[in-house]
Amino acid sequence: MSAPVPPILHVEHLTMRFGGLVAVHDLSFTAERGAITALIGPNGAGKTTVFNCITGFYKPSEGRIALQFGAEDLWNELDALTQSGKRGRVRRDGALYLLERMPDYLVSQRARVARTFQNIRLFPGMTVLENLIVAQHKTLMRASGWSVLGALGTRSYRNAEHAAIEKARYWLEQTGLTERADDPASQLPYGGQQRLEIARAMCTDPALLCLDEPAAGLNPSESAALSDFLRAIRRDHDVSMLLIEHDMSVVMEISDHVIVLDHGIKIADGTCEQVRNDPKVIAAYLGVEDEEVPAVEAEVGI
Amino acid sequence: MPDEAAARPNLIRALRETAVTALLAFGLFLPLIGFNTVQNIRNELVLETRWPLLLAIVAILAGLRFLHLVVVAPLMAERARASSRPATLPTTLPSWAMPAVIGFVLIYPLLAMLIAGPGAGKWIDNFGIQILIYVLLGWGLNIVVGLAGLLDLGYVAFYAIGAYTCALLGKQFDLSFWMLLPLAGILAAFWGVLLGFPVLRLRGDYLAVVTLAFGEIIRLVLINWKDVTQGSAGIGGLPRPTFFGLPFNASPDGFAARLGLEFSPLHRPLFLYYVVLAVVVLTAIVIGRLRQLPVGRAWEALREDEIACRSLGINTTNAKLAAFASGAFFGGLAGALFTARQGFISPESVNFSESALILAIVVLGGMGSTVGVAIAAVVIIGGTELLRELGFLKQIFGAEFDPAQYRMLLFGFAMVLIIAWKPRGFIGMREPTLVLKRRKAIDAELREEHG
Repeated sequence: MSAPVPPILHVEHLTMRFGGLVAVHDLSFTAERGAITALIGPNGAGKTTVFNCITGFYKPSEGRIALQFGAEDLWNELDALTQSGKRGRVRRDGALYLLERMPDYLVSQRARVARTFQNIRLFPGMTVLENLIVAQHKTLMRASGWSVLGALGTRSYRNAEHAAIEKARYWLEQTGLTERADDPASQLPYGGQQRLEIARAMCTDPALLCLDEPAAGLNPSESAALSDFLRAIRRDHDVSMLLIEHDMSVVMEISDHVIVLDHGIKIADGTCEQVRNDPKVIAAYLGVEDEEVPAVEAEVGI
Repeated sequence: MPDEAAARPNLIRALRETAVTALLAFGLFLPLIGFNTVQNIRNELVLETRWPLLLAIVAILAGLRFLHLVVVAPLMAERARASSRPATLPTTLPSWAMPAVIGFVLIYPLLAMLIAGPGAGKWIDNFGIQILIYVLLGWGLNIVVGLAGLLDLGYVAFYAIGAYTCALLGKQFDLSFWMLLPLAGILAAFWGVLLGFPVLRLRGDYLAVVTLAFGEIIRLVLINWKDVTQGSAGIGGLPRPTFFGLPFNASPDGFAARLGLEFSPLHRPLFLYYVVLAVVVLTAIVIGRLRQLPVGRAWEALREDEIACRSLGINTTNAKLAAFASGAFFGGLAGALFTARQGFISPESVNFSESALILAIVVLGGMGSTVGVAIAAVVIIGGTELLRELGFLKQIFGAEFDPAQYRMLLFGFAMVLIIAWKPRGFIGMREPTLVLKRRKAIDAELREEHG
């Protein structure tokens, strides 16, 4: 084991029930700071439900989802915070939030969790540039003095807008979309839309970026380019990533840590190597009983 | 020539369809128009036939059908082919358009006085002021429907609140019009927020139904709360705007006497025209600014994808409330200006058809387009007013023909034609609020691809 890395996200006993259906059952895991944590599993395993709980789109039936950025010693206050009934503890040098207590927009605005969607959700009629500017709403709203100063056209607001455009320009370069900046987002090819959605999420200045199947519908060379892009983001920015992905080439290449879900239950948790050789994982993916796994393994030559 | 060979069967087909149309029209209009029952002097019902009229109508319909098949349909097909190509879109209006329009609206009342003389009141009031008030209403609703994408069928409620604020506060506390104008806007915005709170969770059809109900509630309260609103009788004798304290009347303290002018009933509409114009120009500037601000972009993003908005940390509740409040504010202003114009307000002026009319202006103008909505207001309100001036048709159809009865029919036809010609409204393009390199307008069709 390498030196312990402080976590960014700590999920404990997360359960999500929809009526009688248990989509996620008693899930606990930790995502390390600065790492890429992958959440994999067969279709219907509950991965997107976990995402929706973390990002506040669902209110979990049970469990605690704690996110912390900045000073690590804030983790010591986790229990006190839970007792207090408040949703977060903010200090000058960092913050600790209980995401299950926050509505979706605050999870993004305060707790700095950004996400992308399985079926891409851009603003199709707005330009590529506008998509990236809307993502900087929080900063610009504050700079515009909740519209008052902005309406008067003060210099401070114009500077803030200029900075926002510069940030957008940076991400346009990173995604290779500079030439398409003034085109409507819906006119981009599929791969471009996917990169734009990631760039838009990054424009919110997140501490944790949640990517829901970013490689869906990409061909092998595009998948490889996406892996490089995600690695570059992690290298250049202080951001941790949580990744749902079916494309194992991407998962195995960039993930530091893999969690496997099946029917809402965690069946494996470890490095790529550990997970790849876990009989339970193989069984879940190939759909056989545990006893038959050795036979299957022999067949596929592991 | 292959073209001719293709054209001939087309022509034959067109003739055949024209014959079918004529037959259908004949069958339909024979009982409706061909026969007429008249009471004679002895109170007997006499059946009359109107063959010439029937034949004329059938001929007109057949002719229109033929024209459509031979001329319009190929043109439309050509246009559809052309628009499916990646055409370069016209980006902005020509640079001279804006100054020309501003110049025209500035001198419009003077032109009217020059041409129509003492009859100019109608042109300034019914056309000028009324159209400008509807422009204001259209822009207000455009914030809610066009920008934020929240379908509001009860917008006239805010117009009513503005108007009644003016009427009631003006009568009760004797406030001047200049105090009442901002008050009307602020109170309407307040009610916009109040309405906003319960309906924020709703979207689309559900929201439309609730806003429709809100509009009706306001109207019914105005009718039934007789102690305060005087019910259906309405409130008259409302404070009219003064010129820095000088009323527009023939008294020695009046505007004309004090300024040493000869009294003219045109002074008041003339002054009011410029007041309304000033409010409209100010509104245009404010809405233009709002669109460029984070709140405006959040509205448009909200229209495009609400879930994505929330994932980016935008408080969609606040954005919707802001949209409702700003839209209602301009509706309230329009209501106040309406009372200034009429000097009288009754629940009759704020029924659902007004909401529908304002919504028609927004849809016809092109959702979200400030210029388009202004054009639509001019076309619709100006058009319906012009249709009052159809006296000349009597020379064609005979003295007993009453053109006023056909006004709404023609209005309906015109709306259908406009929507067939421009399904996305007059200006179906969206101007980006920000550009990196090159300004390109965005065709409204693109917005719906992922909706």
